Amino acid sequence: MDLVIIWSCLLALAILLYVVLDGFGLGIALLFPTTRDEEERNILMDSIAPVWDANQTWLVFGGGALFVSFPMIYGVLFSGLYIPLLTFVFGLIFRGVTFEFRAQATRKKPWNMAFFLGSLVAVVAQGLTLGGILSGMKVAGGHFAGGPFDWLNPFSVMVGIALITGYILLGSTYLIIKTTGAIQERAYGHALRSAWIVLGFQILVTIWTPLHYPSALTNWFSPPRIYFIWTFPLLGLMAFYGLNKSLKSRCEILPFVYSVIFFFAGYLGLIASIYPIAVPPSITFREAAAQQETLRFTLWGVIIVLPLALAYTVYSYSVFRGKVGKEQYYH
Amino acid sequence: MDALLLSRIQFAVTTMFHILFPVLTIGLALYLVIVELLWFVTKQEIYYRMYRFWVKIFAINFGIGVVSGVVLEFEFGTNFSRFSQSVSNVFSPLLAFEVMTAFFLEAGFLGIMLFGWERVRRSIHFLATCLVAAGAIISAFWILAANSWMQTPAGYRLVDGKFMVADFRAAIFNPSLPIRMSHMTMASFETSAFVVAGISAYFLLKGRQVDLFRRSLGIALVMAALFSILQIYFGDASGRQVFHHQPEKLAAMEAHWETNVKEGAPFAVIAIPDMRAEKNLFEMNIPNGLSLLVTHSSYGKVMGLREFPKEDRPNVLILFWSFRLMVAIGFILFFVMIWAGFLWLRGRLYESRPFLWILVVVHPLGFLATELGWITNEVGRQPWLVYHLMRTSEGISPIPAGNVIWSLSLFLIIFAAIGASYSYYVLKTLRIGADLSSPIPSVQRPAGMLPFQGVRKGDSVKG
Repeated sequence: MDLVIIWSCLLALAILLYVVLDGFGLGIALLFPTTRDEEERNILMDSIAPVWDANQTWLVFGGGALFVSFPMIYGVLFSGLYIPLLTFVFGLIFRGVTFEFRAQATRKKPWNMAFFLGSLVAVVAQGLTLGGILSGMKVAGGHFAGGPFDWLNPFSVMVGIALITGYILLGSTYLIIKTTGAIQERAYGHALRSAWIVLGFQILVTIWTPLHYPSALTNWFSPPRIYFIWTFPLLGLMAFYGLNKSLKSRCEILPFVYSVIFFFAGYLGLIASIYPIAVPPSITFREAAAQQETLRFTLWGVIIVLPLALAYTVYSYSVFRGKVGKEQYYH
Repeated sequence: MDALLLSRIQFAVTTMFHILFPVLTIGLALYLVIVELLWFVTKQEIYYRMYRFWVKIFAINFGIGVVSGVVLEFEFGTNFSRFSQSVSNVFSPLLAFEVMTAFFLEAGFLGIMLFGWERVRRSIHFLATCLVAAGAIISAFWILAANSWMQTPAGYRLVDGKFMVADFRAAIFNPSLPIRMSHMTMASFETSAFVVAGISAYFLLKGRQVDLFRRSLGIALVMAALFSILQIYFGDASGRQVFHHQPEKLAAMEAHWETNVKEGAPFAVIAIPDMRAEKNLFEMNIPNGLSLLVTHSSYGKVMGLREFPKEDRPNVLILFWSFRLMVAIGFILFFVMIWAGFLWLRGRLYESRPFLWILVVVHPLGFLATELGWITNEVGRQPWLVYHLMRTSEGISPIPAGNVIWSLSLFLIIFAAIGASYSYYVLKTLRIGADLSSPIPSVQRPAGMLPFQGVRKGDSVKG
């Protein structure tokens, strides 16, 4: 099979895994202001403490995979989106150090703030990055040729805000799995409200994307895409319906599953709208791809190592399955 | 200042901040493996208590290592995108393999190591510690492979200014990798052993939790003694490796200007090199010293800096002194261990207060030596990004200087805040001391455990 296609899929998978896994972690941090006391905040922290590092590793893997497979995209995106990407990293730094620092601190308030703000900054910056990519990047001779603020426009700001609600949805549905009592009850409420807002944003993005990126519209309504592109919004609506129902009937696992499908539908729809373009307006996956030998060599690593990595991620999750609160991780 | 210089400063700041944490992670992980192995085999409670104490420091350290490391992966693209796009075919797989073989391993088992006490059996917990330690070393391997490739590139073909892979095995196991990997791993082990020794010595001096820290110190000193000797060997091998592969770097490290013709090249113990005048303003020499060191013969020929075009020379002043200070620290630590040996023979290892104070004083020196070593290594590669093939100025991203001024100032502020918090919380952990009384989770408690009698009055301070 074609190495470029395999790597495009791998990259898409890595980004999706990152978005879902770190997404719920960031979302839980975004729910910090809704907590009532330190005890509740401890539970929120404990729900992600054993897994956040493994989750964030998917980001590093995604970055590495992009560097390996499509070095031109890596170079153009990272130099062109310098400010949102490093802002994202600054946010992650504060989020990441908080786990240990907050546990050690007698006065937890500054670290609660750092955790919330760090995550908020990271999420908004992710949205601005995505919005910036979709807004198109000026390229000359295989290198970025635009200005430092090209990514900043109403569309990218909208994506940044949309992502906040999306991650809150993931975070609150994950909390439903991990908690009981008052926190869980509130999480049901947050999930339901954010689900509606996310639906609104998905519709908004669907309308706005072709206005912002005209080729999307041509892509949708020309074969072969016209035959299947509608399945993604349909899948999204079905997931939304299931999510709504499962929240109302107080299911514990299903809301998270539906939220992931909801995200997945939007994500696939987005990819299907621009593929084979990787970075609008013009960089394709094929022209950006690395040397065949590099793709093949690293693919062997992926085939051998990634199943193992997934296996111990699953194992680690199974070790820490169940509700938080029986033991305290930090004391 | 332009984007190039600013980006170089930023990369230096971020790597120099980052490296402090992996150094301790790698070494402390090994220490924890040893302690948990002892707990596993001897079933003495003291080892469990020791583990729970040192793993706290490990955890704080690990988190910062992770978040500061992500920065570096981003910076290849944000600040050096031309470099990244040019070398990626050969270079980037090494980073990807690091993530796949090391980061997932570490991250997957770190949760169990830190929080899994009540959820997994002893054997699984021990396995988790071993895998995290292995992950740390594997990670070092790939990073050293990538960095060594920039020092001694191999396994590539240059096509229109782009590096293409010819042979991955040659690229990964490039000429300088084995010795540099050994030197760096040893630096991590040695630094960490001295950190543990210094902290333990302080507790002994203060008479706090004496039994536990005496045992901690014992293990640390055995490690420190072994590693401080080995490191001198690897350091010497490292120097000779530089002599063979990067002669102008060696000449700059030694402030050696003129190739020796008939007699041996002298070793300058102290010098004030002047790059413009191409000579040393002042020097104190050991005759034939340099020839002996790098060629292992009194009259061996050592190329002088003047053989190389001015624009291809690294900064002699920085290299000369960073290298010398690093070596000096290596020998200081070595002599401390000689002293330890004498005390041990006389059975006074834990009683000699001057010795314990010295351990406290020298405990951060390993970090300093590691930083100086990396300065020597990286400044010594200049003006090249890929040695003799790509200049640093050719690798920079097409970004305005303003971008970098913005990010560099934020990095400085954030790192200062995080560094201060880190020190504060580590000191706080030390002030609280080891927890000697919390119940051991039943899954961790082996049959026939030998209880720890170390709880004394005033010791049962709990965090």
